[in-house]
Amino acid sequence: MTAQTRPAEPAEDMTLGPLPWRRMGGVIWRQHRFALVGVAALLGAAAVYLWIVGSSLHHAYAAAVACRPVGSPACQDAVNTFNGLDNFLSNGLIVQVLPVLIGTFVGAPLLAREMETGTFRYTWTQGFGRRRWTLAKLVALGLAVTVAAGLFSLVLGWYYQPYFSTGNYALAVVELSPFNSGLFDLGRVTFAGWTLAAFAIGALAGMLIRRVVPAIAATLAVYAGLAFAVGGFLREQYLTPLVTTGLNLTGSAWVLGQWWTKSGVTLSQATMVQVMDPIFARQIPAVPSNDVHLFKQQALASTVQYLTRHGYTYWTRYQPGSRFWPFQWIEGGWLLALSVLLIGGTAWLVRRRAA
Amino acid sequence: MSMSMNVLEANALGKRYGGTWALRECSLQLPAGHVVALIGPNGAGKTTLLNLAVGLAAPSAGGVTVLGGAPAGSPAALDGIAFVAQDTPLYKNVTVADMIYITRSLNRRFDQAYAQARLEDLGIPPRRKAGKLSGGQQAQLALTLALARRPRLLVLDEPVAMLDPIARHDFMATVQAAAAADGVSVLLSSHVLTELQRVASYLVLLACGQVRLAGRIDDLLAASSQPSLEELALSYLRETPAEVAR
Repeated sequence: MTAQTRPAEPAEDMTLGPLPWRRMGGVIWRQHRFALVGVAALLGAAAVYLWIVGSSLHHAYAAAVACRPVGSPACQDAVNTFNGLDNFLSNGLIVQVLPVLIGTFVGAPLLAREMETGTFRYTWTQGFGRRRWTLAKLVALGLAVTVAAGLFSLVLGWYYQPYFSTGNYALAVVELSPFNSGLFDLGRVTFAGWTLAAFAIGALAGMLIRRVVPAIAATLAVYAGLAFAVGGFLREQYLTPLVTTGLNLTGSAWVLGQWWTKSGVTLSQATMVQVMDPIFARQIPAVPSNDVHLFKQQALASTVQYLTRHGYTYWTRYQPGSRFWPFQWIEGGWLLALSVLLIGGTAWLVRRRAA
Repeated sequence: MSMSMNVLEANALGKRYGGTWALRECSLQLPAGHVVALIGPNGAGKTTLLNLAVGLAAPSAGGVTVLGGAPAGSPAALDGIAFVAQDTPLYKNVTVADMIYITRSLNRRFDQAYAQARLEDLGIPPRRKAGKLSGGQQAQLALTLALARRPRLLVLDEPVAMLDPIARHDFMATVQAAAAADGVSVLLSSHVLTELQRVASYLVLLACGQVRLAGRIDDLLAASSQPSLEELALSYLRETPAEVAR
């Protein structure tokens, strides 16, 4: 058998620049089409589902807000129908697993599988060079999952729109703050941002741990820790919270804390329970006990008003609804910065990694 | 390619993993146009030396250049050297045709016609996934991809260790043909001497991370009283007290 190869001339190497980046396009597609098609299928199926249940949600919402006269039995029914729809979606928690799922299952195996199976010895000795190979893969796949998540968040934004409309509260229609810890992450900036962050965490974990399954587990753990810390502590600090003694906060505001003072002294919870209970009881009209729940909200409001007329001050620390977009961009911005840092760190590890 | 060029030059090269030197004070000049057999017992540092030569690892001490002075791992070095690692790692869930596509995309030169013709000769179906090929076929695919890059230096790490005798023979025949017909320099490591005897024209003997012997096989045999390459290698290995202790 004749090997028909011809050695290259030494001079050839010196004059030519690096191989063009676009060569990686077909390589990435051939190696990751299963993951890419999987992500597209997952998000596509979820989008179709959201569109179907969202259509009835929007329909029910339109019926509830258009119903006149407000408070009539027919309108109560319309409101209850809307309020009862898709409770498992309305807190957003189930949708929150999508970014971490996509990011982890595309990001973590990216380098871990190369290390685990030894294929890096093939790949990193090709003419393209391992640094550029790594950068091309991380950037292209990171971009792909981010764009996919960004498109999907448009569907999410449409689905949740009825819950965010100011004025729901007056109609006894469920109104949610877009700052809700399960919903803020689904925003048009944050959803893509968290997906990219999960991908970047996964890629770095894969390079550090060098085994697919432990890398996936580590990514899930780190992501969960980060998401918990951000939702629980960090996010409310993006901008200094406002403090008000007003009682007419809109439903879109994110209430961080509320407390009572009298003559400049902060009162404890226990004290306020003692003060409020008898007043509250007086505000409930004489109705059958089955109907008491209908008047609780109103009675509470009257109690608060009564107390403020009698020397008590009710303080609220909150983030106003108008800060939703600044908060989206702040969170998206630092998630992007973090992801760039992690991806850069991963590329650096690949470069200095000794076989 | 000028035959006076050295395809590999190591200068006091050393590699340490943790506190252990896998390779130490290694100085070598391998002239072009040879099939160089890198032999030595397991753990002698063969893989370490090859990893340093192809740029997968960075030296802890000294330096190594390839193809007449290019630093190992530099773009010029990557362009001119094809490496087949131990156990011939390939993407198991990628088809043979896609392995060809990927290798062609990742390299400046790739002889597609050669690769296709050779795989056809070997009866390797292009639509089969690499992981579904036999061990011998996987080794042949890896070698074909490497040779289709038209390297000036082909580096093979224990290429035949996992193969049955027939696959071993076929594999070495391909290597030999490439070296004879195209003047590709070859550096291959093995701890099985018998396969190399027929093919190799240059010998490097490593033991305990150090070079014990290096030179043209004809010269080495002429200068010694040993009748064969195997006897010669064994006599050197036995002279090393540390090896006896192993």
